Amino acid sequence: MHPATSVIFFTTASGAGYGLLALMAVLGPAGLLPAERWFGATGLVLALALVTAGLLSSTFHLGHPERAWRAFSQWRTSWLSREGVLSVLTYAPALVLAWGWVIAEDTSGVFAAAGLAAAALTALTVVSTGMIYASLPPIAQWRSPYTVPGYLLFALMTGAVLLNALAGAFGIARWEWPALAALVTAAGWAWKTATWRRNDRLASPASPGSATSLGGTVRTLEWPHTEENYVMKEMGYRIARRHAAKLRRLTHALAFAAPLAACLVCLATGGAVALVAALAAVACQAVGIAIERWLFFAEARHTVMLYYGAEVA
Amino acid sequence: MTALPAAADKKLGLVIDLDTCVGCQACVTSCKEWNTGGLPAPLTDLAPYEAGADGVWLNRVHAYEHEADGASRTVYFPRSCLHCETPACVTVCPTGASYKRAADGIVLVDADSCIGCKLCSWACPYGAREYDLDAGVMKKCTLCVDRIYNDTLEEADRVPACVAACPVGARHFGDLGDPASAASRLVEARGGAELMPEMGYRPVNRYLPPRPKAGGAAAAAPEALEPVAHDGAKGFLAWVDRVLAD
Repeated sequence: MHPATSVIFFTTASGAGYGLLALMAVLGPAGLLPAERWFGATGLVLALALVTAGLLSSTFHLGHPERAWRAFSQWRTSWLSREGVLSVLTYAPALVLAWGWVIAEDTSGVFAAAGLAAAALTALTVVSTGMIYASLPPIAQWRSPYTVPGYLLFALMTGAVLLNALAGAFGIARWEWPALAALVTAAGWAWKTATWRRNDRLASPASPGSATSLGGTVRTLEWPHTEENYVMKEMGYRIARRHAAKLRRLTHALAFAAPLAACLVCLATGGAVALVAALAAVACQAVGIAIERWLFFAEARHTVMLYYGAEVA
Repeated sequence: MTALPAAADKKLGLVIDLDTCVGCQACVTSCKEWNTGGLPAPLTDLAPYEAGADGVWLNRVHAYEHEADGASRTVYFPRSCLHCETPACVTVCPTGASYKRAADGIVLVDADSCIGCKLCSWACPYGAREYDLDAGVMKKCTLCVDRIYNDTLEEADRVPACVAACPVGARHFGDLGDPASAASRLVEARGGAELMPEMGYRPVNRYLPPRPKAGGAAAAAPEALEPVAHDGAKGFLAWVDRVLAD
């Protein structure tokens, strides 16, 4: 599948934003984060800015962005529509929580309830994002029990690494934040490794024989057209195996191994060293997760290419 | 609405004969000609006379070399929307622009409410939907809905443009939900098959398999020449055998 920059930015940025929002919305009311104005403002503005920038960028690849409002209508059947509705609904309790945290400096009572609601809606939004991909039968790499938990884990992971840096910058570091960031990064690493292992052993969901109903061996003699058409450009993106292997190694290093090591440094040290390590974890995980998401698209194979000479989908 | 109708009253669709199709592309060009002025108009072509030509076509004819049971043949394979009974391209649509008609089962796109998110094209296993870069909306086969009910056309012309154009009668149009229709009987008689049934989309269109050739299909490799002389022969015939064997 063609990796569209706007969708890669959308899913990674809004993922990190939702992860940070959900963590703050739960940990604040639980009393583990201070109900202090500037910390609350910085964290929640950062989270909502990432979410909003992601949502806006997702409209850039539309043929008619001015009609995007129509996408809120088909939530009964469409995961994309559900994602849109839930993402907008999430703003309401998130803004109530922000009001409490920033204006009233209070994250208890009604503000705590709003926090829990925001965290729940956030989780549902990310599940919807994952389901957009997990509900497509022609793409076996996506239609997988690994897809939705992956989106949830990577959102939580990037959010926790952000929270760790934020807490360090505001001098409210506790050992729990780098420990949490390290834990979910390790979990994300294991999940991605397992996902790749599964995808590498995946049986093709269809064959050129079944795609044409002819059975036997079907080889392309001639394409119907001399140049690549929309279908081939959008669904026929192929990445050379050695490039994919290189990018997977980069993902292992930048999205998981290095941030995990940096979080352990935070855990072992403190003060300025820990802050630098926490910021470094954010920076390299941002690059790593973008590569991970690029590969998510580039390595996904669509059954339509069976008509264009692919032997497996 | 992107919810599917509980059941379509009719299942209008195409029956395509892979035995008789000669790959002439007449169905492709007639489809383009009708539809670039019909309901999904225009079917934009970008850079049509240069390298990198890219245009919207609702019907594409592939050429395959098919080998089975040691015999091989060329098969021309027209590919267009199959008007599935459970099409995920419809249910994934976030705006309701994609819909399946309850009256006849035809799957259509409303160009005025399509936002061009392309998700429906990802959801189609068959590559039936093509995005119009210029119009910013998705285009697909309409089963010539603006021909088949068109009272201003002669009755004989109220069939999809591809069916009307086919010079060898390889394309048939009819109600595949009615077992008594000519199309259904043809599918029954010739063992018509659906494409990628394992995807679970329940396509309506059927493909008739190539008939076995009389006296067996052409062998994948030519038979070795029969020797014209018996073993141990000498002279002219032995020389002919040696030359032909080399």
